[in-house]
Amino acid sequence: MKVGIVSYGGYVPTYRITPKEIGNVWGVDGDVISKGLRIFGKSVPSPDEDVITISVEAARNMIKRCEVDPQDVEAIYVGSESHPYAVKPTATIVAEAIGAVPNLTAADYEFACKAGTAAIQTCMGLVASKMIKYGIAIGSDTSQGAPGDALEYSASAGGASFLIGRENVIATINKTLSYTTDTPDFWRREGQMYPSHGGRFTGEPAYFKHVINCGRELLDAVGKTPEDYDHMVLHQPNGKFPVRAAKKLGFNDEQIKTGLLTPFIGNTYSGAVLLGLANILDIAKPGENIFVVGYGSGAGSDGFDITVTENIKKMDRGPNFSIQSMVDNKKFLDYATYAKYRGKIKLREV
Amino acid sequence: MAIPRFWRETPSRYNLIGTKCKNCDTIYFPPRLICPKCHRKSIGKLEPIKLKGEGEVITYTVIHDGPKQFEMQIPYIMAIIELDEGVRLTAQIVECESNEIKIGMRVKSTFRKLGEDGKAGVIHYGYKFIKA
Ligand SMILES: [Zn+2]
Repeated sequence: MKVGIVSYGGYVPTYRITPKEIGNVWGVDGDVISKGLRIFGKSVPSPDEDVITISVEAARNMIKRCEVDPQDVEAIYVGSESHPYAVKPTATIVAEAIGAVPNLTAADYEFACKAGTAAIQTCMGLVASKMIKYGIAIGSDTSQGAPGDALEYSASAGGASFLIGRENVIATINKTLSYTTDTPDFWRREGQMYPSHGGRFTGEPAYFKHVINCGRELLDAVGKTPEDYDHMVLHQPNGKFPVRAAKKLGFNDEQIKTGLLTPFIGNTYSGAVLLGLANILDIAKPGENIFVVGYGSGAGSDGFDITVTENIKKMDRGPNFSIQSMVDNKKFLDYATYAKYRGKIKLREV
Repeated sequence: MAIPRFWRETPSRYNLIGTKCKNCDTIYFPPRLICPKCHRKSIGKLEPIKLKGEGEVITYTVIHDGPKQFEMQIPYIMAIIELDEGVRLTAQIVECESNEIKIGMRVKSTFRKLGEDGKAGVIHYGYKFIKA
């Protein structure tokens, strides 16, 4: 049974802050951090934006450029580690806001940065088994790093939405495969505002182990080599890890280039690999092959082997929808305004 | 705001659903049950219509001393917007500085957080507008 992407849409908030501006506040040379992480700016949500508004905007951009009636969407899963409610699903609000209620199933997912790819896998299963006609998978986050913590330089906001179905797909998902272990590299306990992480432990035994093993197993499973792919995208907690992992897997700079957005907008967590994939689909040609491996701390990787179809030519990939236009549309904030917008300033109680 | 009232208004707040009088073709937002032009002739003839959310600024005001909930956003802009379908509504214009806003400026709707009932309460969502 062929399953694939029928439509997709993304959303990146307008505001940005630079590592230099953050570093100035903490007495650290932000330019050195910027070079170390290969992040030149990160997106910051407005005070009235959260995972729900970002998910709705991404889903609306996806629905607007396809002919699918939202009433035919029978499942919505939203993956995030920053859902606004601890109890009360993001997915129901998205469903209402795109006109998909009431005949559908909906739920929220959490798996650090890979909850969105897990949502795609769920939709693939439901669509392939013909339990549903269309499913929506969203990965979206407004992640926070504790003030002064290394994560503060990278944790950003954004999301992407994918419509999974059997007919009129703009890209076929040929194969998905996962690699999961119990690894405590990054976590956030209930009620804590900021996450904790295992410092250097987040590298080799966590990100690299899972991404590379998942990537190699995916190549084996589909019988392809890196040369068979036109584009590739990996989860990108910073601008360096994905490049190093891609090289280890045997991919080159040309293949990595389009999917790598973290240098310009920071790590959008659950949105990261999906926004990278959306940016690739924005320029991809029929017949091109795309290699995708996400990563979520805790830890696991989901891999996808994707082939673009002729239908992509019919899609509006212009400036109203393109990820690149969202990346380019930016306003820089100073740290004080950023702290105010992100709720890092303690106000008197109402 | 009371939860039931906000919940009843969800279709118009989330999706700009108004009503159209099938007797005289006038569009209303927020939705109405009776057309004030046609009165009894409009009974049962008002149908829901989804507005596109594109229009222009008719007039605006910059608010420097807003309610407590909005203190993170001041100064902010409230505007009367005329949608392309001909109806007018009041909404906040976001991501626009007070020196950027102009009468006649094209705007489009965006989905944003409108407010919340305190730290433990319900979060309200709906339309605001940004520069088109
Ligand atoms: Zn009338």
